[in-house]
Formats: sequence, structure tokens, C-alpha cells
Amino acid sequence: MIRVVLPHHLNTLAGVEGEIVLLVEGEVTQESVLDALEARYPMLRGTIRDHATRRRRPLVRFFACNEDVTHEPANAPLAEPVASGAEPFLVVGAIAGG
Amino acid sequence: MTAIRVLVGTKKGAFILTSDGARSDWNVSGPCFAGWEIYHMKGSPADPDRIYASQTSAWFGQVIQRSSDGGRTWEQPGSMDQAASGPQDPDGTPSMPQGESNKFVYDTSDETGKPLTTHQWYDGTQHPWEFARVWHLEPSLTDPDTAYAGVEDAALFQTTDGGESWDEIAGLRGHASGPAWQPGAGGMCLHSILLHPDDTKRMYVAISAAGAFRTDDGGASWKPINNGLHSQYIPDPTAETGHCVHRLAMHPATPDTLYMQKHWDVMRSDDAGENWTEVSGNLPSDFGFPIDVHAHEPETIFVVPIKSDSEHFPPEGKLRVYRSRTGGNEWEPLTDGLPQKDCYVNVLRDAMSVDRLDPCGIYFGTTGGQVYGSADGGDSWAPIVRDLPSVLSVEVQTIE
Repeated sequence: MIRVVLPHHLNTLAGVEGEIVLLVEGEVTQESVLDALEARYPMLRGTIRDHATRRRRPLVRFFACNEDVTHEPANAPLAEPVASGAEPFLVVGAIAGG
Repeated sequence: MTAIRVLVGTKKGAFILTSDGARSDWNVSGPCFAGWEIYHMKGSPADPDRIYASQTSAWFGQVIQRSSDGGRTWEQPGSMDQAASGPQDPDGTPSMPQGESNKFVYDTSDETGKPLTTHQWYDGTQHPWEFARVWHLEPSLTDPDTAYAGVEDAALFQTTDGGESWDEIAGLRGHASGPAWQPGAGGMCLHSILLHPDDTKRMYVAISAAGAFRTDDGGASWKPINNGLHSQYIPDPTAETGHCVHRLAMHPATPDTLYMQKHWDVMRSDDAGENWTEVSGNLPSDFGFPIDVHAHEPETIFVVPIKSDSEHFPPEGKLRVYRSRTGGNEWEPLTDGLPQKDCYVNVLRDAMSVDRLDPCGIYFGTTGGQVYGSADGGDSWAPIVRDLPSVLSVEVQTIE
């Protein structure tokens, strides 16, 4: 099981509080985690990755195990502690705006 | 019992203001979608409990929200939890689109007219069309599940399933002038959508900074309707396109008569946009954003003059709505109840609306967070609420 932490606004959209726990089939990567997240919560489609291009939205970042993994390849395996559920995969909104 | 519902979109959420027909005591509810920009909310003329909202964010993109109970509860249409027990096809898959309500993808198919893939960018180069947000939602006059969306970068989309999915009406971007369209300072947005009350094939739209367009065939083809506009800020001031139209308005009883607040100039057409004449008359400034028409008097129109394109606040620090009872040219300032000194707010293009009661009520919101209302056709005004976030849009529903 994979643990995912969303920013406040996406928790609100998805109607969840706290961490989300997901079952991810196959290799645990950014892409497979986000695919599972969007399958479980379709209202999040387009909010993390652009609907058309599937690219990460510019002001969204991904952290795991105290590392910024935003620019790692989307299909690269995430660290073992994330894959095992020991550590969460964090979706973070950039600190910006007024 | 008659009720008024004012739908207010702000930079930090949505608010709903309600009153009875007297329009003197108001209830303010909200914020809904707190922290998000609500560019526009509008109710269906066919079912006032059906309301669509455009929820946007620079972080998380576009979200379409829908209410079926007059704004008490909201949902992203078609995006219910997969685990929830919803209607399903025999094979077990959900019978409605999942997570498609926020999907606005430009149509580039050959079958629908080969719409253009680029437009002019600020530096004169060609730039890909990139979806940013929905500026304006226009529900169908007859079907609560059908609505149009005007978006940035400028295009027109339609839903026929209550917002669960959206398809581009691609003929507009397919117009040959498309490569010359370019964004205004606020982005290249399609902000005005007027539906003809009798002819379902006819529709008017306006784009900053491309101009006004009309379709007579349900959106398959479009004609620029900018003859008579004069814009000194473009190389050819009378060009077919390139004009920064800020807002269009129409009275349903006279659908061939259109009113326009342009970047500069207030304009009028009496032939469905074929030709325009300036009706700025004695306005202290003919720069501004909103324009609207009295609910019962097709020749009575309202604008809010703004000092200039460089100084987006009222002339002399006096917030004045100007009313013309002659369809333009002769204007009178409406000041009773509005601040007449030290006022430096703006009123954005979608932030004025009228109700259908008699006397007609007029409402507008400011970038300072005030929403003002008049229950007597503009003769006197009072703030309904003073301290909301910056107001992006105001729409009114008359519930009878």
C-alpha cells in the first residue's frame, strides 16, 4: 500500500482528510502512483497533471523521503520506503501567490 | 414568493447573496471553494437550481463545479468516487464520464474544420493554443444540461451532459483570422457569450483582443462583426479583427441590437453586429469593462466609466454608474449611495448583472470586495456586502 499526502486544496476536492492509502499495481513510480490516485479520485484528474499533455502542472512538486523527486523520470521507481509504505509520497503546491 | 439570488465569484471563493423581492435585507453565504479563484457562476434559465461554476487556480488548473440545489451543495459533474455506488454499465464500468468535467482539450481534428494550432504571441511569433481557464459559463436558455464555456486561450466549448464532458466548437478558432489573434493584458480570453432567444443557430461571442464574432449556423462557421470599431492601439485601427472588446450585452426582446464596452468606446449595433456606431456621448471616460441592459427597457443601459487603460479606477475617485435611457449617447451619472471620494476600485467585465423584478435591480461587484445593489433601476444604491475578496463576477437569478 502506498501512502500519499495531498495539499489542502486537493484534499478538499477529493473529500478526504489526512493521508490517502492506495493500492498500486506493478512498479511504484510517480506515474503509477498518480494513475492510481486519479483512478480512485477522478475529480483530481487535471489538477496535478495537465489533462491533455499529462505533464506535471508547473506549480506542483513531488517529495519523497526528504528529497525533491519532481524532476525524476515519471516512470522511474520511487524509493523503497515509499514503495513499502514506510514513507509517504508528497504532492506539494508551490509556496507562491497572494 | 419571489427571491433574488446573487452569485458572486471572487479571487478567493464564491459567495451567494439572497434576499426576498424587497431586496433590502440580505443573507450572505460562503465562501464556497475557499481559496480558489471563481471566475464565473451562472444559473440555468431553464432550471434555476442548476448552477455552473468555474473554479480555477494557478496551481491546480481548472475545475468545473455544478449545483442542482441552488448552490447549497456542489459536485464535480461525473467525478464521483469510483468506490461509490453509482450507475454502472453491465460490464461494471461507470456509465458517466469519470474525471472529464475539468478537461478542456482543443480540437485539432480534420473533420471539424482543422482549427488552428497557433495564434500570435506578444512578441509577434506564433504560439500554441494553451488552455488556461474558463472565463465565462453560459447555460442554454432551454436545457439545464447544455452550457457553453468561453475559455483562455480563446475558444468556445460546449457540454450537453451537465458539465460531465466538454467539446470544443472548433469552427470559431478555424476562422482564417485566427493566426492574427493576440492576447490582451489579461490573457486571450473569450469572455462574452450571447445566445439568441429565438434562433438557436445564432450566437455572439467576444474575445480580448480579437473582437466580436457571430455564428448563424450553430457554431460551424463564424463571422467577425467589428465593422465600425476604431482602435488606435492596433496598426490598422479599423481592421477586421484585433479589437479589444471588453464586453457585449443584449436585451432578449431586441436581439439584433447589441451593446459593447470596448477597451475605449461604448458602441452600439442595430443589425446583429454588422455595423457599429459609437454611443459614448457625454461619458466622463468611455474606457471601462462591464455593460448591461435594463431587464424591461431595451434602450436603458448601464456602464461604469474607468479613468483610462493605464489607470484602472473611477475618474476623480468617484464611483459612478452611468445610465442611458436612449440606448447611448445621452448618459446620466448615478451616484446616490456610491462613494464619491477616495474610491479607487475597478469593476471587471463580468461583475455587473440585473434582476427581472419591477423595478429592475442592478448589481455590481468591485475589486475592493464590495457588492452594490440598486432596487430602483439605478436611482439609489447600497452595499450588500463590503469586505469580500476582490470580485471577479456577479450574476443574478430571479426566483419566482
